[in-house]
Amino acid sequence: MSILEVQNVNKSFGGLKALQNVNLKVEEGTIHAIIGPNGAGKSTLLNCLVGKLTPDTGSVTFDGVSLLGKKPYEINQTGVSRVFQTPEIFGDLTVYENVLIPCFGKRDGSFEMNALMSVNSQKDIRAKAEQMLEDVNMADKREMRASSLSRGDKRRLEMAMCLAQDPKLLLLDEPTAGMARADTNNTIALLAEIQERRHITMAVIEHDMHVVFSLAQRISVLAQGTVIVEDLPENIKGHPKVKEAYLGGAH
Amino acid sequence: MFGLNKKDSILMIAVAALALLAPFILNIFPNDSALAFFNAGYPDLMQRFVIFGIFAIGFNLLFGLTGYLSFGHAAFLGVGSYAAVWMFKLLNYNVVPAIVLSIVVAAAFSLVIGYISLRRSGIYFSILTLAFAQMMFVTAYSDLLGRWLGITLTNGETGLQVYNDDPQILLGNGPNVPHLFGLEMRAKEVWDIGPWEFTLPVGYYLCAVLMLASFYLAIRIFRSPFGLMLRAIKSNQTRLNYTGLNSKPYTLAVFVISGMYAGLAGGLLACMDPLAGAERMQWTASGEVVIMTILGGAGTLIGPILGSGAIKYLENVFSKLNEGLLHDWFGFMPDGLEGALVWVVSKFTGEGWHLTLGGLFMLVIIFLPGGLVEGGNKIRSWIQNRTGRGSPPADTASTPAE
Repeated sequence: MSILEVQNVNKSFGGLKALQNVNLKVEEGTIHAIIGPNGAGKSTLLNCLVGKLTPDTGSVTFDGVSLLGKKPYEINQTGVSRVFQTPEIFGDLTVYENVLIPCFGKRDGSFEMNALMSVNSQKDIRAKAEQMLEDVNMADKREMRASSLSRGDKRRLEMAMCLAQDPKLLLLDEPTAGMARADTNNTIALLAEIQERRHITMAVIEHDMHVVFSLAQRISVLAQGTVIVEDLPENIKGHPKVKEAYLGGAH
Repeated sequence: MFGLNKKDSILMIAVAALALLAPFILNIFPNDSALAFFNAGYPDLMQRFVIFGIFAIGFNLLFGLTGYLSFGHAAFLGVGSYAAVWMFKLLNYNVVPAIVLSIVVAAAFSLVIGYISLRRSGIYFSILTLAFAQMMFVTAYSDLLGRWLGITLTNGETGLQVYNDDPQILLGNGPNVPHLFGLEMRAKEVWDIGPWEFTLPVGYYLCAVLMLASFYLAIRIFRSPFGLMLRAIKSNQTRLNYTGLNSKPYTLAVFVISGMYAGLAGGLLACMDPLAGAERMQWTASGEVVIMTILGGAGTLIGPILGSGAIKYLENVFSKLNEGLLHDWFGFMPDGLEGALVWVVSKFTGEGWHLTLGGLFMLVIIFLPGGLVEGGNKIRSWIQNRTGRGSPPADTASTPAE
């Protein structure tokens, strides 16, 4: 059963058609990769999913609910979490406090609002936040200021924050961009483990083919704003249309 | 203790001790010594220390935690004062209803102004709050609303005060000055100990107790999930939005809390001296609380209290200095030099004290962006380095102003 359905989505900026009749179905419990050359419209598509942009026409349905016209925080409340290309974390707060925020926040967007209760007195929430840090191997950095982390650690922290929400769908925008090989492999292992253990559906935008083919169970190839192929990874590898999109023209 | 961790308990006890012993600490110099000029233990001045402390603590909850710079906070102080004086006019001189009403009215005003202003952030938010405050100032100064309704609401530029023909329905035989169930605000105990003279005013202690309560509440807010949320708002609103949390209810809540602190301060000002004038709402008054908070250290617990104390103290000292006094001080110098020095220094004292304040503010912003608190931390770590105790971890409670 598909949990996310994108139908005939169009989006243009002035004269530039960023997305043209894009269709996408993400099956529940799978990792779906969206690949394509630079400027193919991958990030625009992701922005249309999370409410940062509104498609001109077409529909986006998640878990049977239309996401069109919803604000980002309302879309998140339906169960969609997003990891950004440049990590969006609370830089002024410590690593631990960063994870506390989504732990305090509940699915419906309300916040454990006991204004006079101290943060430290709420044991179950602290335990959950600590567990989250363990899961991404960052427990030893909990008192560091988040802005002083390395880029790979910021990304892992952001993943921990998204996972703390128990999302139904996790959107990842180039989760390994700018990472060293070892960090990339760690991230792949982390994502694979999360998927196996918690069955969270994921949609991944990625440039690194190593990551894509290690993780994805299904791949959509985007070029010039349209989905040119959608298939299983093994069929994508040698697909002539994909080669054409990446290498350009008929060579 | 009282739900505070060890560090905060120590801070709370230190502030309480300072506040309760202020009449002694501030009159440290014997009365007839040359340094008695630097004493600050007068009822009027001490009351201003703690009242503006309350104002700055409240302002810091908004600005220090969320980073929203309100440039119209004096408006809430002003309506607090007016509300308190109206209670005196209508009921009697008991301060309890006056203080309660001033908080309630300030909350109502800040709810409306906050609801509208918080639609924008950054500079636009500041400008919106400034515009509202100036509108309220003009309305109060010319009593526009009162004239429109055909009554005296703020009494224009004269200022609102209590007259003999006011209803005062509960007055009876009660005192004819502000009082707490009979205990007059202006009453004071004077202790003569040797060459020292200490004044313990009732009004000051009422303000001090309320300031301690406000401070305690502020610590609890800083350490609560609500405070964590507010710091998250300052840090990254995008992430907050993509975490399913709408920041507006939180910013509005803290804006109203902050407005209530200002209302309490305004009400207390009226309780100490039962009149209310529009100049309390002017933008310079709003600017003053911004300066106090930044000077002390925005986003820190103790910063606003230090800042308001420092500014009110320096204001008192510098504006009291006149040429006669300066001539006395510099009298030991050769005549020409003395004249020149007095001429220069006198430009920065008396009415020119704002020049001194401006210079001081610039120095702090440039060299100590974290305010007096950062200065204190620097000195402490410098001493610890000198004594070879190794460098301690930086104080995570202090976030420098940007």
